[in-house]
Amino acid sequence: MTVETGIVGFVALYIFMLAAFTGYEVIGRVPAILHTPLMSGSNFVHGIVVVGAMYALLNASTTPEQVVGVIGVFLGAANVAGGYVVTERMLDMFKSSNPARK
Amino acid sequence: MTTSWIIQATDFLAAFLFIYGLKRMSSPVTARSGIRVAGYGMLLAMLAGFLYVFGVGPEAQPHLTMNFALTVGALFIGIGWAWRGGKKVALTDMPQMVALYNGMGGGAAGAIAAVELLGGKADNAVHLAVTLVGAVIGSVSFSGSLIAWAKLDGRINKPWRVNGQHIYNAIVLLITLALGIAVAVGVPGVPTNVLIAIFFGIALIYGVMATMPIGGADMPVVISLYNALTGLAVGLDGFILQNPALMIAGMVVGSAGTLLTLLMAKAMNRSVANVLFSNFGDVSIESEGEIAGSMKAVEASDAAVAMRYAGKVIIVPGYGLAAAQAQQKLYEFVKTLQAAGVEVKFAIHPVAGRMPGHMDVLLAEAGVPYDLIAELDEVNDEFKGTDVALVIGANDVVNPAARTDKSSPIYGMPILNVDYANQVYVLKRGKGKGYAGVENALFYADNTGMVYGDARETLVKMIAAVKDLGGDAAA
Repeated sequence: MTVETGIVGFVALYIFMLAAFTGYEVIGRVPAILHTPLMSGSNFVHGIVVVGAMYALLNASTTPEQVVGVIGVFLGAANVAGGYVVTERMLDMFKSSNPARK
Repeated sequence: MTTSWIIQATDFLAAFLFIYGLKRMSSPVTARSGIRVAGYGMLLAMLAGFLYVFGVGPEAQPHLTMNFALTVGALFIGIGWAWRGGKKVALTDMPQMVALYNGMGGGAAGAIAAVELLGGKADNAVHLAVTLVGAVIGSVSFSGSLIAWAKLDGRINKPWRVNGQHIYNAIVLLITLALGIAVAVGVPGVPTNVLIAIFFGIALIYGVMATMPIGGADMPVVISLYNALTGLAVGLDGFILQNPALMIAGMVVGSAGTLLTLLMAKAMNRSVANVLFSNFGDVSIESEGEIAGSMKAVEASDAAVAMRYAGKVIIVPGYGLAAAQAQQKLYEFVKTLQAAGVEVKFAIHPVAGRMPGHMDVLLAEAGVPYDLIAELDEVNDEFKGTDVALVIGANDVVNPAARTDKSSPIYGMPILNVDYANQVYVLKRGKGKGYAGVENALFYADNTGMVYGDARETLVKMIAAVKDLGGDAAA
């Protein structure tokens, strides 16, 4: 069974367009009170780059590729871990004096 | 085949969890679960990432053991280092941590593009062009974010600029683009790897040069912009690697970050281009500058007693509150006022502090319930009937010149109308400290009293003064 997985041309553009509108809509309704945690949260989400860096490093075949790949995985891992910890710490502090209100 | 199916199914699930998590983060009630939902998505995607081991190409096979060890090691060090750093840092230092970790993501995106270029893996013109664009954006976001981090962390204090910097910056950008084309078509006699190294070096320098002239007060907008750029670079990397999870997550962050950047710039009544190129940002939004003149100094205890017998108090915090680490004491003071029957509210200006929502986080840390916190639009009409407005370490966001003085650099910026309150108290650090900012007419107004000193110590005195009056004496 071979599955055609190439994302090329207009399919890529469709994905980008729909993702862009999704991001716009999801953030558009956020109250200012959550802007900093949300910036931090979206910062965490683009930490997915670490998966791409893992792919690049695992497929490296020369020393320069390996060196740059290691840097990429290290930076991506820091993005993920730091982004998560910082966001979680910020959000953990949010609480209401009266949860029933609002 | 099976592993590739598992990877794709996991990435699909991860993409869903990211969007759903961000959605939940957009309400204070569900925000805490939102980050966890996104966290599970990330964990799944990273675990599935190890399955790439089974699909590596023949030329990478001999290096697989080494590459696997390097991957695990780099992951371990990166996660351990950032996890410890993120846990240790004080909450007031969060903005620079966001800048730092964002820069790391940009660097990772740039590194992916570099590996693809070094390996000559981009096999057609579109792929090559996208790789080069991703490389530039990732690199600029990396070095730019690090400069933003250094500025917020106080490691670089003054904006650094030279005459005609825009022209130099434009030249450096053009050189970067020219090098990109050189990498694409190749230059006879020059090894491609050398070209690639120079290309990345110049792109990194451009990020530094573009960020250095921007003042500390504008850093929130800049960080938000770099956050969006990193997202964009990640999205482009996703296209290069044919990974839809990266494409979707990257582009969602790219557009969300762009929107956030525009909202922030709008709150400061400036365009993003103005922030990036006009360089007036060193006139700090929350400048500690002191203007010599006839401002009325008031004792902390007198101000406290006035608030104790007020019906309604609105508190306007600014960066000074974060700098003095006074948020706990502030809430303690608020609780003593509430115990005495005073209605207390917090009014938050969109650009108070170093990031949008910075003050909200700070107050949340102290345990202030978020329903006591009001935004500019909700609260601005209320100042007229308010007995006391208490300004703590905020300056430009309460400067009436923004309404009246066309020559002021902050003219037109929406401000909190604290001067309409019957009485205003301003807590400020001592005179002659810090650098001079825009003159603030509020400080000279008849109904304004200045309480000088460290915000934290002042609040301790205020708490003591209210407690001395005794429990629940009728107002």
